[in-house]
Amino acid sequence: MARMKFLCDAERCIACNGCVTACKNENEVPWGVNRRRVVTVNDGVPGAEKSISVACMHCSDAPCIAVCPVDCMYHTEQGVVLHDKDLCIGCGYCFYACPFGAPQFPQEGAFGLRGKMDKCTFCAGGPEADGSQAEFEKYGRNRLAEGKLPLCAEMCSTKALLAGDGDVIADIFRQRVTVRGKGSEVWGWGTAYGPPKGGQKPAPERSKP
Amino acid sequence: MRPFVLLAAAAALTVFGLAGCGEPEQVVFYEQGKYHGKPDQRPWENAPPAYGSAKWTKGDEASWEQEVKRRTLGQNEYVRIVH
Repeated sequence: MARMKFLCDAERCIACNGCVTACKNENEVPWGVNRRRVVTVNDGVPGAEKSISVACMHCSDAPCIAVCPVDCMYHTEQGVVLHDKDLCIGCGYCFYACPFGAPQFPQEGAFGLRGKMDKCTFCAGGPEADGSQAEFEKYGRNRLAEGKLPLCAEMCSTKALLAGDGDVIADIFRQRVTVRGKGSEVWGWGTAYGPPKGGQKPAPERSKP
Repeated sequence: MRPFVLLAAAAALTVFGLAGCGEPEQVVFYEQGKYHGKPDQRPWENAPPAYGSAKWTKGDEASWEQEVKRRTLGQNEYVRIVH
């Protein structure tokens, strides 16, 4: 059973914002809503500047699902976190709960009321008939139903952003780290899951010129 | 004639007035912790699109997953480089 995940390789991301643009265009995301964005840390510091592309990470134990007061969110069988906009009341609890700031709220009406929540769907649409106009208008394209992956990752020019089954993209990342001899200890599994345990060594650092 | 019109108007008012009593319950029933939205279709229940290279058997989860895995591995340029 595939568990769909995103993985952004900070050694490769060049902050071109192509993923942001592709997402907006593919899903015709409303004005003022960004399902995906690029975050840069240490901006302008030579050698220390890193960028990653962030959207909904489709958490296995998603806090947004836990806090939703109307239970409009669900996990698909592939682990994608989706929601039913017909039930969403736009309260914003999910935004507070999400560690990635993924849920977005379009302004609606003359007074800029907070509309129904909108977020990355892993290009998996929503609970409307697959490929229907209703699904597209509410949630965007359903590429998974076409046997495709999210466009943000598929069009990434440096292949920094990977999408797919967590095991498969972890293998791709691991191969990269092995080939280039760096990456995991800087911004990867080492950071996410703590220092290596006894017997394991991090990938060797590349010698500096 | 006039009593008939009045009678018809009264009957119509009664019918429209009672119509309000027949409205369905408008308060959503929530069961805490359970998804309440519409059921979602699973991706492998669709036939592959007529265009493009994606191929799987409609309704077969394994073949759809194989197709998506093939697509996922396409992101690894090391396997695409011909030495």
